[in-house]
Amino acid sequence: MVPDFEGAMTSPYPIAAIAGILIMVLSLAALLIWVERRLLALWQDRYGPNRVGPFGLLQVVADMIKIFAKEDWLPPFADKAVFIIAPAIIMVTVLLSFAVVPFSPGIIVVDLNIALLFFLGMSSLGVYSIVLAGWASDSKYSLLGGLRAAAQMISYEVFMSLSLMGVVLLAGSFRLSAIVEAQKRLWFIVPQFLGFVLFLIAGVAEARRSPFDLPEAEAELVAGFHSEYSGMKFGMFFVGEYLGVILISSMITVLFFGGWLGPWLPPIVWFLIKMFAFICFFILLRASLPRLRFDQLMSWGWKVMLPLALLNLIVTGAVVVAWR
Amino acid sequence: MVVAGITIADQLRHKLGESAVKLQHAADGIVTCWIARQNFHDALAYLKTDVEQPYRMLYDLTAIDERMRVHREGQPPSEFTVVYHLLSFERNEYIRIKVPLKRDQPPIDTITDLWPSANWYEREVWDMFGIRFHGHPHLKRILMPKTWEGYPLSKDHPARATEMGPFHLPDEKEDAEQEALRFKPEEWGMKPGRDGMDFIFLNVGPQHPGTHGVLRIVLQLDGEEIVDAVPEIGFHHRGAEKMGERQSWHTYIPYTDRIDYLGGVMNNLAYLMAVEKLAGIDIPPRAKVIRVMLSELFRIISHLVWYGTFAQDLGQLSPVFYTFNDRERAFGIIEAICGARMHPNWFRIGGVVQDLPKGWEALVRDFVKYLPPRLIEYDKEVMQNRIFKARTKGVGVFTTEEAIEWGVTGPNLRACGFEWDFRKKQPYSGYEQFEFDIPTGRHGDCYDRAVVRVEEMRQSLRIIEQCVDNMPEGTYKSVQPLACPPLKERTMHDIETLITHFLGVSWGPVIPPGEALGAIEATKGNNGYYLISDGGTTSYRTRIRTPSFAHMQMLPKLIRGRMVPDVFAVLGAMDYVLADVDR
Repeated sequence: MVPDFEGAMTSPYPIAAIAGILIMVLSLAALLIWVERRLLALWQDRYGPNRVGPFGLLQVVADMIKIFAKEDWLPPFADKAVFIIAPAIIMVTVLLSFAVVPFSPGIIVVDLNIALLFFLGMSSLGVYSIVLAGWASDSKYSLLGGLRAAAQMISYEVFMSLSLMGVVLLAGSFRLSAIVEAQKRLWFIVPQFLGFVLFLIAGVAEARRSPFDLPEAEAELVAGFHSEYSGMKFGMFFVGEYLGVILISSMITVLFFGGWLGPWLPPIVWFLIKMFAFICFFILLRASLPRLRFDQLMSWGWKVMLPLALLNLIVTGAVVVAWR
Repeated sequence: MVVAGITIADQLRHKLGESAVKLQHAADGIVTCWIARQNFHDALAYLKTDVEQPYRMLYDLTAIDERMRVHREGQPPSEFTVVYHLLSFERNEYIRIKVPLKRDQPPIDTITDLWPSANWYEREVWDMFGIRFHGHPHLKRILMPKTWEGYPLSKDHPARATEMGPFHLPDEKEDAEQEALRFKPEEWGMKPGRDGMDFIFLNVGPQHPGTHGVLRIVLQLDGEEIVDAVPEIGFHHRGAEKMGERQSWHTYIPYTDRIDYLGGVMNNLAYLMAVEKLAGIDIPPRAKVIRVMLSELFRIISHLVWYGTFAQDLGQLSPVFYTFNDRERAFGIIEAICGARMHPNWFRIGGVVQDLPKGWEALVRDFVKYLPPRLIEYDKEVMQNRIFKARTKGVGVFTTEEAIEWGVTGPNLRACGFEWDFRKKQPYSGYEQFEFDIPTGRHGDCYDRAVVRVEEMRQSLRIIEQCVDNMPEGTYKSVQPLACPPLKERTMHDIETLITHFLGVSWGPVIPPGEALGAIEATKGNNGYYLISDGGTTSYRTRIRTPSFAHMQMLPKLIRGRMVPDVFAVLGAMDYVLADVDR
């Protein structure tokens, strides 16, 4: 039997879908820079960027012009080829992940039957970007940042994928559109609450956001893995981080909050509302929490999160078997 | 103080021989003993361990270049004098030991075998006076660059750039200076690796967001684990002690503001207490209470900066904005009263600059009402945060004994559970009239240091409230002739008052010869000014003992075997400013 590789939801106009989603996601990432700065400012009793354009919206444009116009500088001591490729890796892996995200019926590049595995694979590859950047910079701070990224990846990736297996068991598929369809009666946040919490935590670590921004850790490692980067290569890490936030928020929406499902409003609007709520949550986390030490993160990942993820998987499996 | 009828000087004489100890009068009443170089090491060892109620803390170690000093009546001949200040907590008093030296004598004995904290102090004395210490583990320059020629605090070293000829920096010299800054592990007896693996030597600072200023720490790392560390200071050194020898007693006050630059007028207080002891000036009660109120406001201001930046060191982004906001409100009061914010330069010899402005009570009362709810909010946000606790509890621990051994004072000492606050134990400026508690910790870790500081802000608010409720009436400045500048009502009336005023602000007051230590419980620990007057309009020697210097010296001990992020937890909890370390 030929596996049902592509699902029914794949957009009939692939080029249009790719272009549309690329534009949407990239402009969202750019907008997010403004959103984050304004929201942080709001929570920190200050104004944030409010001078360029209405509400400071054009600040991003100004920053883009600046960053594009900067000298493309290569540190003489760096491993040049790897140094240049590293920031591209994160952009590529994150953007590729968006290919399988079902924003709403018809707005998806490819409705892959192993979409979830594809997402996990891409996110694992993304870490190479950080590790290689740290290594290629040939600077001690960057190296420490890269090492931390590797240590962090080992600690959270395991329970990240395990935490999602409960969802897969309930939906009976790795296909993201099928997972959304399976939530028509009940969002998976209810039966899979533990899985949700575990994935949320892993997702924050995956996006390297506070309190898991150890590879960057500006107060300790200055900027960690991207200390030596400037100009647009730095910009790619920067945008890559925001793309990561959007991606994780989208995945939480798809896996636990019924994706595009919702009454009255068009499906895409529902999706965006849910996604935006989680983006704000990410920013709120950054505004409120201190940073863990990486040995604490590791021991926490292995000693607490992994057993919990296994427990979640076993209980879900038992319930699914008993139900049938 | 006399124990069982025998003074400490008698005990020393009994130990070392009748002629070995020579007493000197000091304006601050601290027992001052001259002991010859052959005996002083035994004397210090005796005072530290054997004597009843021992002097366990090496409070300060410095030197005086005596070669230009005129008024040395009754003192043994000496070209350079090394001065040791010891502090006994049981006796609640200091003792001052002076060792006379000649210029070309062999090195004197180090006391690093008695107090590990003597290490940096002796390096500083070598750096500044060229006095060598026999047996010191690493007698290198500490505040001045390695390439410096001469000994800045000796009297033959120029004080002004104009006395030194034009400055040139040719390429070779620049390269040599750069090379001198390179860290060489072998100079510090550090191994380059272990079991065939190389250590990383990570250069933290002098430009680093986590060091709060120009501090350089070289970390010897095995992975992220710290094998050893070498703090390098001196990047913020501005020669404040040397400037004391050229500014008049009055015009030196603004320089003190900039020592602990978060402590504002509190620096003035320590300096002026020493000057006023020398001049024998009594401060009117209103001036005393104004001084206390402003000092406590600055304690809160300094602690608020610490609170926010400490949280930021641990990766928490928001508290720093909240606490700086609150600090801004406190600065509003400082601005209304003093006209300036961080460096108000507001205290004067004999009092303060002006009386309090109209409406000051309302401002202060508003702030006293405003801050407590905010502090409760920060408790929830920072102190009760589980990640914050995980990052600070059990990190950077030291015991009371170690703290005393290393000269730790202030909140860092109290965090070990030792209830010692100079405001209570040796009240000055009328602190004995106020009701407040001394918060203490129990474990001596970073978390407890935070607990102590947070509680101290509440206690300071209590003191400020009492100041508002009980502000005495009367004048804000002493009417004694050495008070400078004289009260406005007492100037410009006739030729006599005109002359007094004119001389006071142009030449500056002439302070009678003598020496005195003025020490206070500053924001970060005990800040002391040891001043020597030779009967002139400037100080003969200004020694500034700062808490941060002693605390910073302890850093390697606190972070050995820990991870890189702990360095910043320890530094943040230590609460130092580099100007206070380097002066």
